[in-house]
Amino acid sequence: MPAHIEVRNLTMAFGSFVIQRDLNFSIERGEIFVIMGGSGCGKSTLLRHLIGLIEPASGEILINDRNFWASSPEERENLLRRVGVLYQSGALWSSMTLAENVAMPLDVATELSPSQIREVVSYKLSLVGLAGFEDFYPSEISGGMRKRVGLARAMALDPEILFFDEPSAGLDPINSRRLDDLILELRDSLSATVVVVTHELFSIFAIADNSVFLDAETRTMRAVGNPKKLRDESNDKKILEFLKRGEI
Amino acid sequence: MKSAVIQLDLSPPDILTIKLIGNWLLREKLPPPRDVENKIIENPKIKRLAFNTEKVTDWDTGMMVYLKKILEIANRRKMIVDKEGLPKGVKKLLRLATAVPVKEQPGDPLDSSLLYRIGDISLRLTKSGAEMLAFLGEVCLSSLNWLRGKGGFRRSDFRLYLEEAGAQALPIVTLVNFLVGIILAFVGAIQLESFGASIFVADLVAIAMVREMGPMMTAIILAGRSGAAYAAQIGTMMVNEEIDALKTLGISPINYLVLPRLLALTIMAPLLALYGDFMGMIAGALVGKGMLGISFSLYLNQTIGVLSPLHFILGLIKACIYGGLVAFAGCQAGMQSGRSASAVGAATTRAVVNAIILIIVASAITTIIYSVLGI
Repeated sequence: MPAHIEVRNLTMAFGSFVIQRDLNFSIERGEIFVIMGGSGCGKSTLLRHLIGLIEPASGEILINDRNFWASSPEERENLLRRVGVLYQSGALWSSMTLAENVAMPLDVATELSPSQIREVVSYKLSLVGLAGFEDFYPSEISGGMRKRVGLARAMALDPEILFFDEPSAGLDPINSRRLDDLILELRDSLSATVVVVTHELFSIFAIADNSVFLDAETRTMRAVGNPKKLRDESNDKKILEFLKRGEI
Repeated sequence: MKSAVIQLDLSPPDILTIKLIGNWLLREKLPPPRDVENKIIENPKIKRLAFNTEKVTDWDTGMMVYLKKILEIANRRKMIVDKEGLPKGVKKLLRLATAVPVKEQPGDPLDSSLLYRIGDISLRLTKSGAEMLAFLGEVCLSSLNWLRGKGGFRRSDFRLYLEEAGAQALPIVTLVNFLVGIILAFVGAIQLESFGASIFVADLVAIAMVREMGPMMTAIILAGRSGAAYAAQIGTMMVNEEIDALKTLGISPINYLVLPRLLALTIMAPLLALYGDFMGMIAGALVGKGMLGISFSLYLNQTIGVLSPLHFILGLIKACIYGGLVAFAGCQAGMQSGRSASAVGAATTRAVVNAIILIIVASAITTIIYSVLGI
């Protein structure tokens, strides 16, 4: 079976400013893959490339063995329909209730009746522990809850791939741990592929099956592999420094 | 592909086994949970529910929603549910979905009677009136502080506001006042010509532009351009907690954000109005020449004859007041904006609407005062 997502010789740049070059890695089906690295190394930019928001300067991104940027706009839309994204602070539409937020992808991509959509929405909200919050507005709930609603929205269409941008940013340790557990549970029960951008060591060791380490100085990746293995076996000083919080 | 069906089995008569078969996908037509409920009603002996999912080929949220409803039915009837027969992933998801109890929503007082609505609207109007007064008070206090030399704003900001509100508004002020001049001249020309008094078009246009229309049209443009921009700028700062950041530094947001804008518009509105007056009179002269055959020099003489400095002063006082009101309405809407994207939009609308209402009210009041004073 081919890899779910494959990145080949990807170079990311804004104009002539190269952010990362020559990235090569693949993400297998059902795996939790972590994109890690220090602040400003281009983790979020890589995520934005993977979800089709930014076109690569060069190189290829293959999803389901299909070259994303070489596909027609319709095909691209089809590929994106199978992808769910949880943005850093939830990115809920502030003028809509939580239910309307979660219903939006269903409205756009399915032909379900309004009553069916309502049932699906209440089920998705209950999955993230927010049953009964349908009629609240994003401004009326806490940051952690907003994130969970963002997750419910990301899962609305039963995506094959779930992307998380800094899931633990702004969460206390307990809530961040809960979100990690939720990610693991969802991966196991939905058999979805999960891609997480984070620099939280606790999360990295708790959830990652595989990872890529981006370096801000050399502007390319330094390693691919299971983070625990990298910590125990790598000889690269930079990676060890990162994975051991500077205590080598 | 098999579509989704259920078989209900009652082999020990107190256990209802629900056998799910086929593709349980959201996009398929799924059987209604009502069937199971009916079966339970028909057989009151049923004490337990069990599932058999060996024949399920594929499942997604569709099956989850179905099962959730079945569980709700079972819960209502206090039946025991045996989840062993469900796929592992489904069991996990159901555990997640039922882990946190449903939040009870406080019922809305959905009273829509006429009396209720009148009361509601009156209360809201009083509240917004009180808010406006409170804001006015704050602005007055800050201005006093500022005059005493406490809590200033940045010069560079102030210059930027002057430029944005003034110089950048010139093209649109030119266009609007020129067209208003044309309209006045046309309306006047048709009436005056029938009396053979067409030369008085110059008087009409000059007095109307300088005393009323120049300041008012300029103020309305400022309300749409600068007032709305102020509400959006300050409202967005509210959303981004920038106002809170100012407050924690001990900087009064009124001094820092509102005063320079208020000053900028109060200074720029009369200047723009003066400029607009002349644009209107130029338009009048063109209509006079083109339609009534009045030469430019005659028109100019007539205009100079009728206008005294007092007219200009009265018009510019109005413009000053309007400018201040526009900035006040814009900043007030921004400072009292909510913290979401739609709230900023609402604040912007409120800024423009309030500004125009205030302009018209102020115009009426000043006109009455002027006529009582006989000037």
